[in-house]
Amino acid sequence: MAAGVIVRGMGSFVPHTQAEIEAMLGFLGLDSLDDLFAHIPDAVRLAGGLAIEPGRAETDVLGRLGELAGRNRPAGAASSAGHLVCFAGGGAYEHDIPTAVRALAGRSEFVTSYTPYQPELAQGVLQALFEYQTMLCRITGMDVANASLYDAASSAVEGLNLAAAATGRKLVWVSAGVRPAIRTVIGTLCGPRLEIREAPLRDGVTVWPDDLGEPAALLLAHPNHLGVLEDVAGAAGKAHGAGALRVAGADPVAAGLLRPVGELGADVAVGEGQPLGTPLAFGGPYVGLFAVKQAPYVRRWLPGRLVGEAEDSEGRKAYVLTLSTREQHIRRAGASSNVCTNQTLIAVMTAIHMAWLGPAGLRELALRCGRGARYTREALFRIPGVEPAVGAPSLYEFAVRTPRPAGEVLEKLAEEGFLAGLDLTADYPELGEALLVTVTESRTRADIDAYVTAFEKAVA
Amino acid sequence: MLSQPVPELLTRPSGGRAASLPLLGRDGEPTLFELSSPGRRGWSFRATGVPEWAADELVPAEHLAAAAPALPEVSERDLVAHFSRLSSRNYSVDHGSYPLGSCTMKYNPKLCDAVAAMPGLASCHPAQPDQQVQGWLALLADLERILCEVTGTAAATLQPAAGAQGELTGLLLMRAWHESQGRRPTKVLIPDSAHGTNPASASMAGYEAVEVPSDSRGLVDVEALRRLVSDDVAGLMLTNPNTVGLFEVDIEAIAAEVHAADALLYYDGANLNAIVGVVRPGDMGFDIVHLNLHKTFATPHGGGGPGAGPVAVSERLAPFLPGPVPRPVPGEEGRYRWVMPEQSIGRIHGWHGNALVLARAYAYILAHGADGLPEIARTAVLNARYLKERLRGTYDFPYDGPCMHEFVASSTPLKKTTGVRALDLAKRLIEEGFHPPTMYFPLIVDEALMVEPTETESPQTVEALAQALLAVAAEAAEDGGAAATAAPRTTPVGRIDEAGAARKLRLTWTG
Repeated sequence: MAAGVIVRGMGSFVPHTQAEIEAMLGFLGLDSLDDLFAHIPDAVRLAGGLAIEPGRAETDVLGRLGELAGRNRPAGAASSAGHLVCFAGGGAYEHDIPTAVRALAGRSEFVTSYTPYQPELAQGVLQALFEYQTMLCRITGMDVANASLYDAASSAVEGLNLAAAATGRKLVWVSAGVRPAIRTVIGTLCGPRLEIREAPLRDGVTVWPDDLGEPAALLLAHPNHLGVLEDVAGAAGKAHGAGALRVAGADPVAAGLLRPVGELGADVAVGEGQPLGTPLAFGGPYVGLFAVKQAPYVRRWLPGRLVGEAEDSEGRKAYVLTLSTREQHIRRAGASSNVCTNQTLIAVMTAIHMAWLGPAGLRELALRCGRGARYTREALFRIPGVEPAVGAPSLYEFAVRTPRPAGEVLEKLAEEGFLAGLDLTADYPELGEALLVTVTESRTRADIDAYVTAFEKAVA
Repeated sequence: MLSQPVPELLTRPSGGRAASLPLLGRDGEPTLFELSSPGRRGWSFRATGVPEWAADELVPAEHLAAAAPALPEVSERDLVAHFSRLSSRNYSVDHGSYPLGSCTMKYNPKLCDAVAAMPGLASCHPAQPDQQVQGWLALLADLERILCEVTGTAAATLQPAAGAQGELTGLLLMRAWHESQGRRPTKVLIPDSAHGTNPASASMAGYEAVEVPSDSRGLVDVEALRRLVSDDVAGLMLTNPNTVGLFEVDIEAIAAEVHAADALLYYDGANLNAIVGVVRPGDMGFDIVHLNLHKTFATPHGGGGPGAGPVAVSERLAPFLPGPVPRPVPGEEGRYRWVMPEQSIGRIHGWHGNALVLARAYAYILAHGADGLPEIARTAVLNARYLKERLRGTYDFPYDGPCMHEFVASSTPLKKTTGVRALDLAKRLIEEGFHPPTMYFPLIVDEALMVEPTETESPQTVEALAQALLAVAAEAAEDGGAAATAAPRTTPVGRIDEAGAARKLRLTWTG
């Protein structure tokens, strides 16, 4: 480039004019923008520029992304061309998202602000998070909730880390009913520091060994990855007997009907907030739910941001990030966790959706998912060769044994316009060929009838 | 340089100063729980035609709660009003300048919002078979290609949901690589100027964090580094430019020192905005690089997240990456499948990372391209360098080398004469229409104000910010800090008793 001449990319958001850049360089006594980098050794400076395409205008970018989006078959209503009617869940769920939730969570004051380090300028996000924390405590039956973690997997990891720190132990038991990918994340992130053992399932329900050793925690999901309702109170009793913390995966939709895990003896509730307010989004951004019972270790070991009520200089109620002495920017290597940026915007979306539902709406939502699942289950199990893969009770997702390879059933149903479920075969070989089928309030009787007909054809 | 007059062109009204923001009233906003009225509702559900079984016909009675959770009961209208009012009590990039050092709060292009809303992207289930989500796999594969080109690396994982998770991922890769070489070093070296996430991540990866001192320049003390490097060191985590905004000019010597001990060099991408398209971490000798897409690539920060923290690595570390990763299907042009790297450390995220954040960053990068990306770095550095020179004489610069995209000013002289602290100046700056800079970081500078104007602020905004920073300091010198210590007075609430909040914890609404 010629000295002093500005190269402006097509899709640039830099406001400076040529005259302004020259004026600023003049003020600095420099001749060109390259002079700003003159102190950097030549050997490490990029010669010849990046080997990527030149910038492009907004319309072209949207065109390219639209073309890529067009190569996907998203889950959606049957009426949308190319869409698959969704009967898949297993940790990511299609629910109806109220227009109000989308509109409010899209407000740029929430979207384009930073972590509320200057609380006087961030009372909106802080109060929304305070309300989120309160609502999360109420649906889980816990006392203290943080302002979010990344996803269900990161919540599970932090739950185990908290238990290890609070008990000074290294052994953790994880139920095989915890979603396989989450168990892999636990192995990856906790593996270097903790000893992880797996408790198997029998007929879909976790069997804890009689001799637990000296564990820091027992982790189970309720409902678990096969949709099965677990014996949380029983597991809590065993954990308590062994001096461990009880970490339970809680489901915010099932919370409309089921006893909260806090009431069942859990010390830590972890879970996925995606079902309330967040689209499937190919897996993210979601939000890790994290709540605990009040205990002495909270002040030292709770991970993540925490919003507290406070007062300003004139005695007015205000909100602020609190207990930061636990956190990495203060305690560094001794912090309770390394988490800094979390998933605040998604937590706010979850809060708005919870408030839109209220107690009656959340109960109605859970009921509708459960009714759809029962209707689907009964119809599917009338198909010859299609049977329950486990016998334990479930709420809105359930494991189905298929007479043909589950992968083949998925493929055939996709041709008919359905995302038939999740293939469980590789992760749970003891079930044989099996699918996890999920039904939410988004599915009508007509959707389900059509699905069952296509299913029957696929396994015939 | 002080004698230089400020160009008149730069003193026109500024687009980034937000003192006109009409935050109405001084009343607090009630909580949702106070707005709640028993029996009121906002929800509606369609008729599905499915039989209306009762709860105990769906699950055994022992599982059923006695009552639904005590969520607030509000109308949709009240809900919308409440959150709209809350949003009005919140500052944002869309309002104006946000010169928060180390956070790169630049303009977030609206076109990326449109991308994240595309149903073909937003409505895909993460467990769909590969053939149903070819668009997503192609997008992620292309983003990986571009991030590797930008960082001078060979392969990347897009799973980490934020920078800190990227750090942990990178350290676990470091661990896996050493183990593959039959080594088990226990220490990771981290400069004393580093972000707190660095040592915290090192602990989570099972390493002992060892501090490397900075020298009088504010750069890594190479002599001290030489003494600390040993066979028990797994690697060095480095931010370059570092957190005082200076480029580590000895980077070639640092890399040689670290590599000579078979240790790895880790790049913390917090400050990539200063060098994107101009200098590549891989060319500086870094083996592992994490990026903060919510900084350099302008994905909106959401009041604290979601972010995205991809990790890119050199060839020798690629086999250890978390998976699955999207890779071309052999013999089938343009088709991709999920593949687990052969010696993968496992998974970092429950699915594929913050996918819609990744799509936003991809759109941002496509818009800028090879010509636009280096322009970001050049202009970001120009703005910071100009602002720093405008403050010279009023603020101290303990580490006064040529700054990159940000600099750290110290208000120690003012504290000595008046007792006014950096915190007071920051709060007073709010009344002048600016979000304050980062305060009290890095820890090696007293009364630190870390300022990062970013490239999307106009020269007039940068000049207005300079004038405001000069004016609040001059005022404090004159009134002994009377105005600054009382600030802010224009915001919904005044200065908050943070210590009191931590002592008497109220973490949920209890009525």
